Amino acid sequence: MPSIYLDHAATTPMVESALIAMTEQASVLGNPSSLHTHGRSTRKSLEDAREILANELGCLPSEVIFTASGTEANNIALKGLYWAAGEFGKKVVVISSIEHHAILDPANWLASHEQAEVIELPVNPDGVIDCEFLANLVATRGSEIAVISIMHANNETGVIQPISEVVRIAGQIPVHTDAVQSFKKTPLSFSHLGVTAMTVSAHKIGGPLGIGALILKRAVEIPSLLHGGGQEREIRSGTLNAPGIVGFTTAASADYNSEEVCALRDRFVSSIQKLIPEARINGLAASRLPGIVNVTFPGTQSDTLLLLMDEQNISCSTGSACSAGVHEASHVLLAMGHSQTSAQSSLRFSFGATSTLQECDLVTSVLPDVIARGIAANNR
Amino acid sequence: MKLIAAMSGGVDSAVAAARAVDAGHEVTGVHLALSANPAKYRSGARGCCTIEDSHDARRAADVIGIPFYIWDMAEEFHDGVVEDFLSEYAAGRTPNPCLRCNEKIKFAAVLDRARAMGFDGVVTGHYARTRIGKQGKTLHRGLDHLKDQSYVLSVLTVEQISGAVFPLGDTTKIDIRAEADARGLAVAQKPDSHDICFVPSGDNAGWLRDRLGSDVGPIVDQSGVKIGEHKGAYTYTIGQRKGLGLTIPTPDGSPRFVLKIEPVTNTVVVGAREDLAITTMRGERAIWCGPSVDEKPHTGFVQIRAHGAALPCTYFFKDNLLIAILESPLLGLATGQAMVIYDGDRVVGSATICETQ
Repeated sequence: MPSIYLDHAATTPMVESALIAMTEQASVLGNPSSLHTHGRSTRKSLEDAREILANELGCLPSEVIFTASGTEANNIALKGLYWAAGEFGKKVVVISSIEHHAILDPANWLASHEQAEVIELPVNPDGVIDCEFLANLVATRGSEIAVISIMHANNETGVIQPISEVVRIAGQIPVHTDAVQSFKKTPLSFSHLGVTAMTVSAHKIGGPLGIGALILKRAVEIPSLLHGGGQEREIRSGTLNAPGIVGFTTAASADYNSEEVCALRDRFVSSIQKLIPEARINGLAASRLPGIVNVTFPGTQSDTLLLLMDEQNISCSTGSACSAGVHEASHVLLAMGHSQTSAQSSLRFSFGATSTLQECDLVTSVLPDVIARGIAANNR
Repeated sequence: MKLIAAMSGGVDSAVAAARAVDAGHEVTGVHLALSANPAKYRSGARGCCTIEDSHDARRAADVIGIPFYIWDMAEEFHDGVVEDFLSEYAAGRTPNPCLRCNEKIKFAAVLDRARAMGFDGVVTGHYARTRIGKQGKTLHRGLDHLKDQSYVLSVLTVEQISGAVFPLGDTTKIDIRAEADARGLAVAQKPDSHDICFVPSGDNAGWLRDRLGSDVGPIVDQSGVKIGEHKGAYTYTIGQRKGLGLTIPTPDGSPRFVLKIEPVTNTVVVGAREDLAITTMRGERAIWCGPSVDEKPHTGFVQIRAHGAALPCTYFFKDNLLIAILESPLLGLATGQAMVIYDGDRVVGSATICETQ
């Protein structure tokens, strides 16, 4: 059995052109903050890259703040916007109940260390946030809200969230969106969305690990997390990772055939529905990213399924694990109304640019046996 | 064979997994997460399944070159081992949780799950041996008598032993450490775990008191006269002499020992050393690790502690009780402990001591 990678939402292979561009840049000497020729040369490449990314994201080059990860960008945005609003006594942080831990955990930290009150928006059974709940909240407590942060698309289910609607409801309240999963997979424009801040990451789109960006509206000033040389608008200090940035933006400008990925996903879904009728596709009725399929297989335990799939050389995901490595029931599925048991019987398969029809069919061909053994192990 | 290696993050299970690979088995490493709220770091020789331990297990699996997963058995462990430990103490008995863990977790929950998933058995780092002969696959003491763990494995049925692989039984601990070092396993010098893994502080009495309360009750002599008070009968062990806090001396000044714990009346009975002596023990819930025992008496040995002496005895099974009659009297035997019968170095079976005389 060839090895099959269906975990592209975790990380995806680097685009060849990005790997080449990054490697070439790594051999160029010069700190982009230096004033001499070497420095200026690196700065030139880096600013070219910034313009490419701005162009891809529909923002101004000056709105791009490079970071070392999506997690860092989320932390800068959420904490920074909260602290900036704190001057006016605004203490409420609004997030959704399905955010990635890179938003959930900073929000909880703000609650435990910075007197924030965190309010989580509920989602419907298809995993879409409740805009009515948000509208009521803004109508009753709008003047207390420091920041609203709602992900653009969910990393476990791929369900796309109505961010434009959130921005409309929010009015003057700053809105941040974690668009790490959406970038390149679905149309994404910072200016069209009208958000205050947006997070993207390189390694989810075929760029290198260790580089991300926060897109922050021009003239919005927020306190920084990292203090130092003042690179990146005095908001994010640290020598800029020129090779990473060049790799990132090269990947950002590469083609991504979302229709092809979407076709694979749909084929996979209909095969599962045919072969394992009791399986339930999560978020099926919602608008979803092309590559992600989240399936509940009743009567199984996802960590058993993962082992059995891994044995067949197939990499997929169980959602989240705690620091001890124990698989936990997904908070996303729980928020969508799953029971603990059902949430722990789910797998995420995520297709990417390198996925093939043959891989899709090979995986569906082994699934029935894996599920049968998973059910047997659960009934021991 | 296709095997699951139960890897605690310690040196023994790491070498056991490596030896199973060398023996040509297809091995998958599994770390059992037994605590719902694991501590971050291991403190000294106590506790296991901390996050640090699971990292050590993962690292060992990577060095050996086998797949590795974590199985969450916290619920099974709590229900089958921790709750049993508490209820046994509450009933005035002294349980051995390691035995219960082998019986209900490692060679039951894990083995069953492994078999359902298509594996043939479970390999562990226990110091014990198995042999295949005309009695089938039998369980024997490990070569290193100081480390021998056949006592805590005596709860395995023939069916469970058939799915158990113990690659370390023929080696001494010191050689296992050297081997781990030679194999490049970073856990080579990691301290052994002792005591009860789910009581990381090592303070069993305090841990029990937090959970069972500390109802004050009488300490009485054999005639029933109250001579002191205790704070929770379950914190005492049969044969215990120290820490009784008695101020009324015996007429001849001889020390007193705990003879009996009566949970219903919350009473601790004390008396003279010679009153501890017993020659017969009876055990319930007998398990045979090989051919079963009947009413016909056999001579052999009985062991009542994990690393205790093997006491010469005559044993037989009657009225659903395993009975051992000792050649010479024994002082201080708590009910709840396991009596394990040996025929030479072969483990015949075990039972939970329910009565002594």
